[in-house]
Amino acid sequence: METFEADYSKYDFKNSTDYDVTFEKGLSEDVVKRISKLKGEPDWMLEFRLNAFKFFMKRPVPQWGGDLSKIDFNDLTYYLKPIKDRAKAWDELPKEIKDTYDKLGIPEAEKKFLSGVEVMYESESVYSSVKKELEDLGVIFCDTDTALKKYPELVKKYIGRVISQNDNKFAALNSAVWSGGSFIYVPKGVKVPMPLQAYFRINAESMGQFERTLIIADEGADVTYIEGCSSPIYSKNSLHAAVVEIIAHKNSHVKYITIQNWSSDVYNLVTKRAFAYQNAYVEWIDANTGALLTEKYPSVYMLEPGAKANILSVALANRNQHQDTGAKAIHLAPDTSSTIRSKSICLNGGRTSYRGLVKVGKGATGVKTSTKCDALILDKESRTDTYPYMEISEEDATVSHEASVGKIGDEQLLYLESRGIPEQEAINMIVLGFMGEFIKELPLEFAVEFNRLITLNMEGAVG
Amino acid sequence: MVDELLVKDLDVSVNGIRILDGVSLDINTGEVHVLMGPNGSGKSTLSNTIIGNPKYKVERGKILFNGKDLLKMKPDERVKEGIFMSFQEPVEIPGVSIFNLMRTAYLKSGGSTSELSAFRSRVSSLMSQLGFQESFMNRSVNEGFSGGEKKRFEVLQMMVLKPRMAILDEVDSGLDIDTLKIIGSMVKEASKSMGMLIITHYDRILEYVKPDFVHIMKDGRIVSTGGMEIVSEIKEKGYNYYK
Ligand SMILES: Nc1ncnc2c1ncn2[C@@H]1O[C@H](COP(=O)(O)OP(=O)(O)O)[C@@H](O)[C@H]1O
Ligand SMILES: [Mg+2]
Repeated sequence: METFEADYSKYDFKNSTDYDVTFEKGLSEDVVKRISKLKGEPDWMLEFRLNAFKFFMKRPVPQWGGDLSKIDFNDLTYYLKPIKDRAKAWDELPKEIKDTYDKLGIPEAEKKFLSGVEVMYESESVYSSVKKELEDLGVIFCDTDTALKKYPELVKKYIGRVISQNDNKFAALNSAVWSGGSFIYVPKGVKVPMPLQAYFRINAESMGQFERTLIIADEGADVTYIEGCSSPIYSKNSLHAAVVEIIAHKNSHVKYITIQNWSSDVYNLVTKRAFAYQNAYVEWIDANTGALLTEKYPSVYMLEPGAKANILSVALANRNQHQDTGAKAIHLAPDTSSTIRSKSICLNGGRTSYRGLVKVGKGATGVKTSTKCDALILDKESRTDTYPYMEISEEDATVSHEASVGKIGDEQLLYLESRGIPEQEAINMIVLGFMGEFIKELPLEFAVEFNRLITLNMEGAVG
Repeated sequence: MVDELLVKDLDVSVNGIRILDGVSLDINTGEVHVLMGPNGSGKSTLSNTIIGNPKYKVERGKILFNGKDLLKMKPDERVKEGIFMSFQEPVEIPGVSIFNLMRTAYLKSGGSTSELSAFRSRVSSLMSQLGFQESFMNRSVNEGFSGGEKKRFEVLQMMVLKPRMAILDEVDSGLDIDTLKIIGSMVKEASKSMGMLIITHYDRILEYVKPDFVHIMKDGRIVSTGGMEIVSEIKEKGYNYYK
């Protein structure tokens, strides 16, 4: 396993950043007020935060999923501002921050195949850009703080509409102390040709990152958003508690792709939900590697006829990692359809759990929904479970559920070896093949990166 | 150069049960050996042992290739030495495309990235000779293949990997006459430049490839060795004739 830790080096580098603003550890109403004041927010947002803080304090730590008992909310830093002013060009960034993103390959990717980029370092966005043609069409892509300043009406209209401050303990926490995140608005009929990308980076130790992402696709709009996340390894735990809300209006299409690769000391507790209106199509492509514990179940609420959801959840749990992931498809209108696919791999004692909910509400007739969960378990120490929940209130719903747990077959290994491929590479090929369905959904550059991540994790999987 | 595969006094067991009992064979470049015998007599056990399937435990005896001890090598190392085995029942590998497999195998056998496109056209041309469409390259290895496709794909891999010693385990089973013709003539062509062990139940493929030696296996032992005349003998008398 040393090999794995060593090869994590692309992500595991720390910078000694001189922060512009640093909060002491711990959470209180005062911390919430100071964050809001520092950002110069309108009163309604302060209210929003303070309300959320009350909910957070009232709600117990959830018991149903992974082990959250070791999170010490008073041993986290809730706000760290890296630089005074956001950069408009990569060169304006302080060297150590620019280096971070260079190492991760973001500026390079921007040049080649992205419509816009947004990067966040600790609590704040540090760089943001969107192609001029798109700006001219009225596309907004910036960090959520900037959106609150420049487009307060839009933010006020939509924030918390999909995920209320009281939705769950971590959504409440996010609502109280949120900072950064992406804001996207695509006007009626505009189709964004290339993906918009955000990259979230935790650099400091015992950091809480609480980005808030809000994506609004107006009627007939089309947008693909990609988010990458990473952090270096510390011995103390960090917390990533994000909230992502998507509003997909009539006939729109939103595709949201995440590849998360947190270090194995991060609690990754994220609430992601979309509202899909008439004939809208929402896709969550969600891959989780790394992290001590992930709890994440991207959801689509199909609120009007013809809405569609496609959720692909991918998890890889290596040593000391627990990926509790899944999906929710909530059918609340007739003729809505959903597909859920889950692919998980566990090795070296890692644990994956699929947790999903398929709900067909009263009056939602003609629903079609299918769920398929495939788990691959690489050794005896590892564990995988499925917890599929169903609440079906209309009899004519077409509901299917399939689950499989597989091992890498000795015969598959021998077959590849008998073509001259060494065992380790044969394992990689089989694992990547298993993930093939997911990899196909990614733009090429991300597919390459994801292959690399998987391959790194597989090192030392033999023997 | 002449390559020699030498199997000497081989005893092999699976799950503690003895399957092969003192098997010996000596195959040289340019020779075609045919191994026949009833179901369950141990033919596939022999081929699996030669390639290094870890399920098959060698209790006694040797397998040498040009004097090198294959039993000390992992399967992929044996392949590097020049051994090839086609599987009687090739396994499906979902999500691994044929081209990915071929390309990786090519690079592992010392092929260079700069010649990858030349390699690709060589594969294409072999594929069309074997009656595959170009789109076949994108399919997952053996997934949903018909019986004939599986066998043709095994032969394709042999042609692509250019081994020095090939063991073909029932590569002619369940084929229609046209497919048999394609495979038969390809195997014949290949047999000129390598040593070959053909495991088969039928004499149909022997219309294309003329064997130099025919061996009969029963209950894990080679009970008879000779030339083409043995094939007609089996046809006439059946395997029960051999003790
Ligand atoms: N992997 C295995 N596990 C258990 N028994 C096996 C295995 N492989 C072969 N055998 C047994 O060994 C004997 C020989 O089988 P095999 O070599 O496949 O014969 P053939 O190829 O001549 O039909 C049979 O009795 C078969 O059941
Ligand atoms: Mg057999």
